[in-house]
Amino acid sequence: MFGDIVMAVIGGALIGLAAVLLLAFNGRIMGVSGMLGGLLARSEGMGWRAAFLGGSIAAPLLLAVAGYRPAVEMQAGPVVLIVAGLLVGVGTSLGSGCTSGHGICGIARLSPRSLVATAVFMSVAIVTVALTRHVF
Amino acid sequence: MQIVTAALAGLVFGTGLVLAGFVNPAVVLGFLDIFGDWNPALLFGMAAALAVALPGYRLAAALHGKVQVTVEVAVALPHYPKGRRRKPLLASTHYLPTAREVDAPLVAGAAIFGVGWGLAGICPGPAVTLLGIAPLSIAPFLIAVVVGMLIVKAAAQAPVWMRRKTGQPSVADG
Repeated sequence: MFGDIVMAVIGGALIGLAAVLLLAFNGRIMGVSGMLGGLLARSEGMGWRAAFLGGSIAAPLLLAVAGYRPAVEMQAGPVVLIVAGLLVGVGTSLGSGCTSGHGICGIARLSPRSLVATAVFMSVAIVTVALTRHVF
Repeated sequence: MQIVTAALAGLVFGTGLVLAGFVNPAVVLGFLDIFGDWNPALLFGMAAALAVALPGYRLAAALHGKVQVTVEVAVALPHYPKGRRRKPLLASTHYLPTAREVDAPLVAGAAIFGVGWGLAGICPGPAVTLLGIAPLSIAPFLIAVVVGMLIVKAAAQAPVWMRRKTGQPSVADG
């Protein structure tokens, strides 16, 4: 348990660092749903989005080469996975952000919109888990 | 050069996600499962991320540059010193959200996203990173995410006649 928390803190710090790097160098908000949306809409500046996402895919590959393979326990079956994906796609598009965009960058900017969005998706997610795990 | 820094940021981001265990839906759901066997890892991870990003964003806002401050920039990054606009190290400008209002799409979107996140324990960042770990497993989810985004974009461009029927204001109406 303690080891997990230490790793979470280390990983979290790196996530925060990534956000700062992207803002400092590229002037961009590190919102993955925004990057996906930007690629879909062919917004100006496709390069940086593809580069960032490519880097985030390369990371586990490099870690694997170094011998670090994380456990990945998929909890949802294929149907739930697709339904969840649709909701995530619709929700992040409508709500202009996700956990990285609103939860990290938005809060770091002290954005009222992001504070509200984060509070909403956190509490709704908690209720969803409570219902699916303990009620139904 | 901006491609390089973006790629580097992505590398750091993906590494952080993996080391923290956030690519593992069990860890994320464990945090969201407050009535069950609660796993606080995500909480500590987010706290650490914000501990770096909050002061880091202030620092990033204080980078050198000598251009006229614009209202949007001053409003979007409250740390900006007044009177002197700062710029990123490589880009010519910051690209910051200018929306300020907490409106219905924001709240509705966040709620819908929350349901999706609570169902599978996967959000966009980890989903993309999972392409480097278990691509076949995460592909259905990511494809669905893209479809969901396209649905919203298509709905935003619904023909004027459809919007008139539903009583929604249309851009064409002025």
